[in-house]
Parts: sequence; structure tokens; C-alpha cells
Amino acid sequence: MIYFWAFVVGGLICALMEYISLKFQQLTPGHLLVGLTVTGAIVNGFGLYDRLVEFAGAGALLPVSGFGAAITRGVMEEMRRLGWEGLLTGTLELVGLGIAAGVLFSTVAALVSAPRG
Amino acid sequence: MTAKRVGQFTVQFSQPPRIVGAFTLMGPREGQGPLGKYFDAIVDDYMWGEYQPEKAERKFLEHAARRALERAGVSENDVDYFIAGDLMNQIVSSTFSARSLGIPHIGVFAACATSTLGLSLAAMLVDGGFARRVLVATASHYQTAERQYRYPIELNIQRKPTNQWTATGGAAAVVAAEGEGPRISHVTVGRVMDWGVKDANHMGAAMAPAAMDTLLRHFQDTNTTPADFDLILTGDLAQHGSKLFRELVKREGHTLGGKHMDAGASLYSPEQQPGAGASGAVCSASVLLAYVLKEMAKGRYRRVLALATGCLHNALTTQQGDSCPGVCHALVLENG
Repeated sequence: MIYFWAFVVGGLICALMEYISLKFQQLTPGHLLVGLTVTGAIVNGFGLYDRLVEFAGAGALLPVSGFGAAITRGVMEEMRRLGWEGLLTGTLELVGLGIAAGVLFSTVAALVSAPRG
Repeated sequence: MTAKRVGQFTVQFSQPPRIVGAFTLMGPREGQGPLGKYFDAIVDDYMWGEYQPEKAERKFLEHAARRALERAGVSENDVDYFIAGDLMNQIVSSTFSARSLGIPHIGVFAACATSTLGLSLAAMLVDGGFARRVLVATASHYQTAERQYRYPIELNIQRKPTNQWTATGGAAAVVAAEGEGPRISHVTVGRVMDWGVKDANHMGAAMAPAAMDTLLRHFQDTNTTPADFDLILTGDLAQHGSKLFRELVKREGHTLGGKHMDAGASLYSPEQQPGAGASGAVCSASVLLAYVLKEMAKGRYRRVLALATGCLHNALTTQQGDSCPGVCHALVLENG
């Protein structure tokens, strides 16, 4: 059942962003990317996104809103541990993995492939 | 001195120069399109053996220019000027091609209106007695234009329905006082028009007012109507821009009907999913120098008004929230 809800929730998030991108054509991919990330972060500030993740698994984790939610989650965990300094140390606490993997794999991809379209 | 001018904007040549040789060299997608059979050569590889598409674009321009010289039966030494322009920053495809050609170079920028601006300047130089022959060339490339104006293709950004697909290829022509080929009888250099279209993904809408303005100015100056032409070629307004253009022209009291053809709307078939249609400096250039010239040689068209349109924004002006100015340059081609 988790697969089904992952499909539905992930699909709905993507469909919503697709709709926004077609409806407001002046928005660049940068706007959409940052918009969805920040939305995920804010929603998880109220602890709501983690509940969506429990419900839909990868369907909620894979869209970039899941990345935003992980930023907030990391910050909150670090704040519990350190106090206000956690606001700074926690930002990349959980998402550092994703960022480092992104840099590593794109470097490897750039080395082994030629530019093409 | 004013004998060659009619009206406020138009030049009427006393001894109309001729297009004595032309060559269009297009990419794979263009070759598969509805006008594919008109092009002189197709290169099946977007990269044409180069590592970067910018280098391929240069190659398209240079090869088209050299083959146009062959078609005209002349060598570099017989040509007095090489007028070229393209879409790259600092028109590097043109200037880098000019290195090896060794012909005095005049660089022009009019975005996708480069074809008619180049041919117009060439005709003026020839009819003015400043040159015997002038080589005109332009090129564009899908991948280089995407990288410079929008996003690198590898980023996989979704295209909008109003997006146009930059044509890949090079096109060149030799304009001369003597020889065989259609004559350039009139030239109307256009004004830059800006109706405040801020969406750089909607270039057709940004260029339609310029096309309308130049068309009306030309009609006014030469006292002509659509009935005086067999074909009115605009380009590259594509689907949405063409619709707007016809509506704007209709509002001014002219009906173009079946005589209007848009280069951007003709280069690809809908099955090729080009969005609104084609664009790029080579789009109007290739339709004019391949399709129109060949149909004129067959006698299907005798008098053609070509209105190439260009959108004059760059990536920075778009990011800074500026609107997109458009421009359109017109010329009349005549048989005989």
C-alpha cells in the first residue's frame, strides 16, 4: 500500500508544480525549485511533512520538498542538542549526504560523458 | 542622392542586385522537416564531429559560406565584403569564420532577422557601387542558443508551449551586380518595437508588432498591397506570433490570406514537437535561401516580400526583468 500512496502523493506534488509552471510562465525553474524546497521546509516546521513521509514514503521524500523538510528536521534536532547554535550547525546535518552525493556523481558523470542534446 | 529612397523608410534600387548563389546547410531535425528536400545539404550530426556545439555552429556558418561562393562560381578574392551575424555573444560564429575566409568582414547583429538585414546591406553596398560582390552568411544552433539564452540542455528544463526551437544550420548567399538569380528590388530596414512582452519564452509575441510595423511601412512607402506579392514570408514568428501578426495586420486593413507563410511555423512538422515552431538566425535565412529561391526558380513565385524578425533580448536583460524588443527587416525579391 505504501507504494500506491508513494505514487499518488509524489505524482500529485509533481502535477501541482507542473500546473504552476504552465500557469505562471514567467516563473523560471529556479523559482519552482526554491519555492518547493522552502515550502517543504516551512511545512515541516510544524512537523507536518514528516507525517506525510510516514504515509507516502519515497513519494514525499523524492520531490525537492523532501529536501527542504530534511533541512528543517536537521535544524530542529541540532537545536535540541545544542540550543540556538543548532540553527547554524543543523542546516546541512541531514541533507549534506544529498549534496555531497550530488557533487560526486555529477563530477563522475561529467568525466565520462560528452555534452549533447 | 535621395533618388534611391522611396517614402520614409524604404530603399528602391536603381539597378537591383541579384542573389547569384546560395547555400543552405542544415541539421538533422531540419532535414527531416517538411522543407527538408529544399536544403542543399544536411549534416546528420548536431555536433558535426566537434566536442562543443559552439564549434559546430561555426562550422555550419563557414561551410555554408564557402559552398555559396562555389555556387556563385567565384572565389574569396572576387568578393569585397563578408557580412555575417549570428546569435552568439559578440557574434563569434561569424567573426571566427571570417578568420579563415580572409574577406573584409562586416559583423551585424539583428538576432533572427540577420538574414534580411545582411542581404539588405549587401544589396545597398552593391547598388551603391561600393562592392562588386558581397557574401552574406548566418548560422544558429539549437544547443548553443539553449545554453546561452535559456539553460544547458543537460539540465533538462521543461519547455513551455510558446517556446520556439532554435534551428540548426548555416545559410549563405552571394549578392552581386551581374549574374543569374532573383533581384533584390526594395529594402525596408525596420524600427525596433517594444510592446512590453516580458516573457522571453514567447518571442513570437515580442516580434509580431515589429513585423507588422515594417510591413505597413513598406506598403506605405512603395504604395503596394498584399496583392502585389505572390508570397509574404515572415520569420520566425511561429504559430502564436503568426496569429498575432495576422490579427495586427488585419486591424490595419490588410488581409494576407494564403499569401502569408511563416518560416518558424514551416520548418518543422507538428509531429516533431517543436513547441510553437522554429526560430534562430538560420530559420528565416534557410527558408528564404532554399525554399523561396528554388520555388522562384521554378516560377511558382515571382515577387516575394521577405520579413525576417528578430527578438533582441539577451539572457541578462531577461533576468533583470526587461521586456523583449523586436525588430523586422524587409526586402523584396523579384524574378527577371
